[in-house]
Amino acid sequence: MTTTRREFLRNSGALVVYFSLPASAVLSVASALAQDPGLSGNAALDTWISIEAGGTVRISSGKVELGQGIRTALAQIAAEELDIDLSRISMATVDTVRSPDESYTFSSISIMQSGTAIRKAAAEARRILLELAAESLGSPVESLTVQDGRIYRAAKVTQVDYWSLLAGQSFNTAVPQDIKTKPVGEYTIVGKSVKRLDIPGKVYGDAAFLQDLRLDGMVHARVVRPPADRARLVAADIASIEAMDGVLKVICDGSFMAIIAKREFQAVKAAEQLRAKSRWLLPEDLPDEAGLPAWLRSEKAKTYPIVHKEASTTRQAVTSLSASYSKPYIAHAAISPSAAVALKSDDGLTVWTHAQGMYPLRGAIARVVGLAESQVRCIHMEAAGCFGHNGGDDAACDAAAIAMQFPGRPVRLQWSRADEFQWEPYGSAMSIEVKAGLDQKGHIVEWDYDLWSCTHSSRPRGAPGAGNLLYAQHRKNPIEQPPPASIPQPAGGADRNAVPLYVFSRTRVDKHLVQRMPLKVSALRGLGAYGNVFAIESFMDEAALSVNADPFAYRLAHLKDVRAIDVLNKLRELSNWSDRPKTGSGDGWGVGFARFKNLTAWVGIVMKLRVDPETGKVRLDKVIAVVDSGLIVNPDGTRAQLEGGIIQSASWTLKEQVRFTNSAIQSGDWISYPILGFAEVPDIQIEIIDRPDQPPLGLGEAAQGPTAAAIANAVFHATGRRIRDLPLTPERVTMTG
Amino acid sequence: MGVNFTLNGKPVSLDVDPQTPLLEVLRNDLQLNGPKFGCGLAQCGACAVLIDGNSSRSCVIPVSAVNGREVISLEGLGTAKNPHPLQLAFIEEQALQCGYCTNGMIITAAELLAKNPHPDSADIKRALAGHQCRCGAHPRIVKAVERAAGDMP
Repeated sequence: MTTTRREFLRNSGALVVYFSLPASAVLSVASALAQDPGLSGNAALDTWISIEAGGTVRISSGKVELGQGIRTALAQIAAEELDIDLSRISMATVDTVRSPDESYTFSSISIMQSGTAIRKAAAEARRILLELAAESLGSPVESLTVQDGRIYRAAKVTQVDYWSLLAGQSFNTAVPQDIKTKPVGEYTIVGKSVKRLDIPGKVYGDAAFLQDLRLDGMVHARVVRPPADRARLVAADIASIEAMDGVLKVICDGSFMAIIAKREFQAVKAAEQLRAKSRWLLPEDLPDEAGLPAWLRSEKAKTYPIVHKEASTTRQAVTSLSASYSKPYIAHAAISPSAAVALKSDDGLTVWTHAQGMYPLRGAIARVVGLAESQVRCIHMEAAGCFGHNGGDDAACDAAAIAMQFPGRPVRLQWSRADEFQWEPYGSAMSIEVKAGLDQKGHIVEWDYDLWSCTHSSRPRGAPGAGNLLYAQHRKNPIEQPPPASIPQPAGGADRNAVPLYVFSRTRVDKHLVQRMPLKVSALRGLGAYGNVFAIESFMDEAALSVNADPFAYRLAHLKDVRAIDVLNKLRELSNWSDRPKTGSGDGWGVGFARFKNLTAWVGIVMKLRVDPETGKVRLDKVIAVVDSGLIVNPDGTRAQLEGGIIQSASWTLKEQVRFTNSAIQSGDWISYPILGFAEVPDIQIEIIDRPDQPPLGLGEAAQGPTAAAIANAVFHATGRRIRDLPLTPERVTMTG
Repeated sequence: MGVNFTLNGKPVSLDVDPQTPLLEVLRNDLQLNGPKFGCGLAQCGACAVLIDGNSSRSCVIPVSAVNGREVISLEGLGTAKNPHPLQLAFIEEQALQCGYCTNGMIITAAELLAKNPHPDSADIKRALAGHQCRCGAHPRIVKAVERAAGDMP
């Protein structure tokens, strides 16, 4: 009896395929995998795709939905490659039991990583399904085509479809790296503004969020955090809290305290009482909020040379220019305070969480609670948009720690609004100094750039990162926090986008990474790119002004990157730049530009605004944005990401800073941490330079820096006042001379 | 003490602590997903429901305060089979990113349209001023309300 291809697929394990490859093929696969993080370590096709009974296809990605629409875009890619209708795709939740391990959903790389992996996996699945169809129909593969999963032979419909061929069964093979994918010119789903798959459920009130998870026997928990990070518990009246109505347990472990109660309101009341009945020793160890730049420069720091490029011309600098810029601590300020559900059973620990990386979190939690990684399962569920590393991981660990002490019942932990504002890790404050030497023609020939900042990532990445979790730091036997991490170039952390895209003869860029972390900090949308692009693009405007050059012309004179030049030229034209009003009229137009990470999308922004000369209040009127992010998977999704990025960056730039005294955080609600509201949001016009022949590039964070610079430059243009410290509050706008 | 009110057209009777926030009763006891917990301080609007037609912050209203009154949540406004024009308009305009604030936006916009069927964009922005959105979906939300106003019977 001969083994058919179909039986081979059903019966054989993936190992057979691996070992049947010649050594040269193994080597080429290995080198390709190194360039393809999505498939790296997740080569098995079944990890990504399964043909489900009932006419659907399940796609598993390791990337999570954060409100950015990634799952719809990935579904488009899969449907395109498989030749099926988008409605047939179901996107699986990221779950450490079965999903591919794609680490974190961060850095705007999901389309590049997971999208590439899914495209290849879907192409391989289609190829195998067509082979099976050819065998089943007794016709050569070349005679077959596919429409919505149905096989056609010589353009005539057959009784065979994907589901009759393989529903409910495994592929049992690995995804080859060199699989041929569909030519871009044949795309009918990718490149279209299809509607987000998750939106209908969210407008009708379906269970769409972690907050909607209700398990049988679930109890409610609240944490009672110290008034400040390094505060020490002196005394707490635990007994009176334990006697309160509905209270099931009070946990007191070092400076970690938590309440478990039958009903949520009982937990809230007990937490309030416990807070009132606890005495703490408060250290006064926070820096001076008003003197952050000086504080950053005075702290012990480790210096990392980022670029040291020797002079490439003999042109001499005849004038010099320097300026210092800063940004404060900024909160992620998700609309939903962090939450998690955890259940400890005999089998192990399950945690439902809205964190950004299920596998890294699993490793960290396993170490914290003392279980093997295989005994911990992390399942992603959505919450409000997080824009980086917010309280999600810490809430997950809190819930896990509480559940370990209350086995057998699901524990739902909800942080309060104040918990989120006071305990989420903020985007790091930065201080930046730029010095430039200009030649006789006003061209920049020398560039010196120094930046001081704490780390921009303290994610609890696996067991070694466990010490970054709040509970691990606060409990009686704490895990030491790892030293601040420096994310290397070209992506960079604090130094993300610290290297200008502009070309100078001599360039020096150094990062001074502050070693202490008195305020908890981690990744916020764009990391250092926001502060660096604000500084570089403000300085380019200052340099242009110093030689009476037009801001666009001056930038273009320092650029060689063709796609950057295209973006700026398009932006100048669309914004009617030649109609720019005179400086100091109260109406200001400003430009800001960057290529995110110098690796992904190019974004240029022109901001048109008005400054009230009496109050210093800035009114944003109109934004013109031009983007080039290569192939666009979903144009409306691209627009939404840019609109959101522009509005959020405008909010950071005009209003946001975490407030604190020398002992405690003062920002605790939407009054003490205001964000941009409906009345303040400008009109936004977005122009996409579509380049379907170029790879898709991440853009979710690409507008943050250019928007900040465009606002600062427009405020200067409106008032003649240069503000170099963010945010651009009315006080600063009126007071700066 | 028992609390009785009308929820989405049906009578509800509960025996709970009368001080319990209405939001908790709606979410935990009555299993609704529409109204969301965002701040517990009446500052963000994610928890909004209509009480006798007025958009109200259910996170700070004790359940006893709705005794004998009519509460309508997102679920009661419309369903996939029988949608409210605002729900369709939010889908059409793709007027959300994460969707966590959406409940409050739709509830307050529903109150606005009931009282002023043809608002201009300034009216809409004024009505939604007390609602926070972190994703920056504001322009799309305004467009969605404008679209729904055009579609209102």
